[in-house]
Amino acid sequence: MRDAFHAEWTKLRTLASTYWLLSGTVILTVGVSTAVAATTHNTSGSGQDLTKLSLTGVYVGQTLIAVLAVLAISEEFGTGMICATLTAIPRHLVLLSAKATNVACLAFVSGLVAIAGCLVAGRTVLPNDGLNPAHGYALVSIAHGPTLRAAAGSVIYLVLIALLSLGVATAIRDTAVSIGAMLGLLYLPQLVAQVVNEPLRRHIQQIAPMTAGLVIQSTTNLRSLPIAPWAGLGVLAAWAVTSLLIGGLLLRLRDA
Amino acid sequence: MTPYRSKQPVGRDGFAHLLRAEFTKFRTVRAWMIALSATAVVFVLLAFLSVSFSRTNQPPVPNGPGGEAVSDSYMFVHQALVSNGTLTARVTSLSGTYTLPSPTSGNGFSQSSKSQQSPQLQPGMAPWAKAGIILEPITNQGTAYAAAIVTGSHGVRMQYNYTHDRPGLAGAVGPSSPRWLRLTRVGDVITTYDSVDGVHWTEIGSASLGSLPHTVQIGLFATSPLYYPPGASGPVGTPSVATAHFDRVSTRGDLPYRSWTGDAITDVNSVPSASTWQQPSADSFTIKGSGDIAPLVGGEGVATHWSGASIVNGTIVALLIVIVLAALFVTSEYRRGLIRTTLVASPRRGRVLAAKAVVAGSMAFAAGAVATAIAEVITRHVFAANGNYLFPQSGAALARVIIGTGLFLGLAAALVVALGTMARRSAGAVVAGLVLLVLPGILGSAGSEPWLMRYSPTAAFAIQATLPRFDQVTNAYTPANGYFPISPWAGLAVLAAYTAVAMGAATWLLRRRDV
Repeated sequence: MRDAFHAEWTKLRTLASTYWLLSGTVILTVGVSTAVAATTHNTSGSGQDLTKLSLTGVYVGQTLIAVLAVLAISEEFGTGMICATLTAIPRHLVLLSAKATNVACLAFVSGLVAIAGCLVAGRTVLPNDGLNPAHGYALVSIAHGPTLRAAAGSVIYLVLIALLSLGVATAIRDTAVSIGAMLGLLYLPQLVAQVVNEPLRRHIQQIAPMTAGLVIQSTTNLRSLPIAPWAGLGVLAAWAVTSLLIGGLLLRLRDA
Repeated sequence: MTPYRSKQPVGRDGFAHLLRAEFTKFRTVRAWMIALSATAVVFVLLAFLSVSFSRTNQPPVPNGPGGEAVSDSYMFVHQALVSNGTLTARVTSLSGTYTLPSPTSGNGFSQSSKSQQSPQLQPGMAPWAKAGIILEPITNQGTAYAAAIVTGSHGVRMQYNYTHDRPGLAGAVGPSSPRWLRLTRVGDVITTYDSVDGVHWTEIGSASLGSLPHTVQIGLFATSPLYYPPGASGPVGTPSVATAHFDRVSTRGDLPYRSWTGDAITDVNSVPSASTWQQPSADSFTIKGSGDIAPLVGGEGVATHWSGASIVNGTIVALLIVIVLAALFVTSEYRRGLIRTTLVASPRRGRVLAAKAVVAGSMAFAAGAVATAIAEVITRHVFAANGNYLFPQSGAALARVIIGTGLFLGLAAALVVALGTMARRSAGAVVAGLVLLVLPGILGSAGSEPWLMRYSPTAAFAIQATLPRFDQVTNAYTPANGYFPISPWAGLAVLAAYTAVAMGAATWLLRRRDV
């Protein structure tokens, strides 16, 4: 298992696209958060969730983490290297576990940096537009319990998205289709939820991976959320585990 | 010595042959043809899903004299006028209050929550709150009319038959700056005048209302449309009430009844029970009214749902599949090494790329146009059957939506073909395509960042806009309600420009590189 982990780590760290995607995630996440924070005004009468505002970048940055996880396995199929890999590591599930561990570690590290950057952006940019202690809004601070939960949850969210993408790509085996399927799985339920009526909309928001996972970022008005924060992250974890299980099963059953 | 000329016949490298070769490459991959048909099927399915849940029980919408849908609700204090006559009044104040949004979520307004609680009124005047003198043949909704009005922040104006609007004196109305209004009827022609002192009058405008009956209703009115708090984004318009004080009211002409009647004409945009009037003395009135006398626009009151939103949703999903398909079409040649054969067979690389773009674009266009046509028929039928108000759509607008959506998908496919040629890896092509074509639309649909949907390729969504827009109606003119920040064909031209630039860059790169 340790050798398999090392082999997978070598494959990932010697690819330039890995570093581009990781740094791209951080830059995109922090950039979008900063942009949203800069354009938010203090509209009177609405208690805004400053933590959720400053973590908005995750909504966009998650795509690059998903692409990284997809590429980690689908490029092997594309180049035909999967044959050499499975010859070297005959136990398919060991291979999948090694890839999953590597991808999760990379997502964790880049997630930490990205979320830290988002919180710094929120703390410095948001007060400029009336969202400051003078108007009753506390500064975004990691010492605040719900904010810590939101930040830690967002990092875990990115890790789970990476694992979900890995499972989907193992099942589909083609890069473009996997990316399309993953991004569709993330963003389309929200589109569908907007057009349906109330009981069905709430259900879709409770079981769809992105909408359930991102409730962890809310720190105010928790009663109006479709699902409790940690429960939402649990739904996403269930998605990730299921996709890895299906991917692993298909990997075992198929030739390559 | 003559140069050597080979006796071999010229190779089949004409553009038509290239097109045929690329088309053969596309149609012989079964998965791609299935995906293309799936594009159309998923488009229609999502469009159908989008309309089948918007069920409302709205009363029928009145139509104005020009056939357009209108809102017509106000507090009317009037008398009958026989033949020609004049009404003069001085407006000494116009103030407004508005209701806070109800806490229920969902689309637009729910009628039931409004009637359950008495509305709490906050001070604040809608810019297009109106009060003044109005003349109309009957007090039915949708009737022809002409009015001389003072407004919340657009000064004195003359408005008639809903869509016509002329400015008069500027400036707000108040006890220190009253406004005198006068409306004169001569036959079918109504002329309006304004003044600051009651002595020197300026004509605002005149209009002919068609064939007016001998006896018409003339009087004073007040009304106030949906109020949008400043600085808020999104459709949060709430009903509001305007209060107007009139005095020095005088008439000339034959008004046989000699006493005033009050009629509250209301619709879903009015605050219930807010339309009242008092007559403190023979020539002064205080009138409170709610609603609007204006053409109907999408996103408020009766028309909270836009049937075209289903076409937009279908397009987004179809775009996702088209992006993946176009990326695969190009990058799988690189993956399998077939690109070397292609470029040996057709050394003129610019034409090869053009042929790929044309084939991918035409397939996407065909799928998009067919799907839109079917979706339009189905969604308009279901939308109206569910009780929603369906704005009338001309044949030209319908054709524009169908052809435009097809062109949207076709140009998007060509753009992704160019991106795929530049990136040579499918991951890069798909991500770049999604970032350019889908992401700005999702981020900009709330309407708070209009530049996103104006300068990115998603500007092409504007080709699907069909709702009327009027300057004299304040509204949340956001993409979610059917209003885009750019005109239809201009939006498509933005996408075409992006595609052209990408194709140029891809051709240059393709020629420079080895493969």
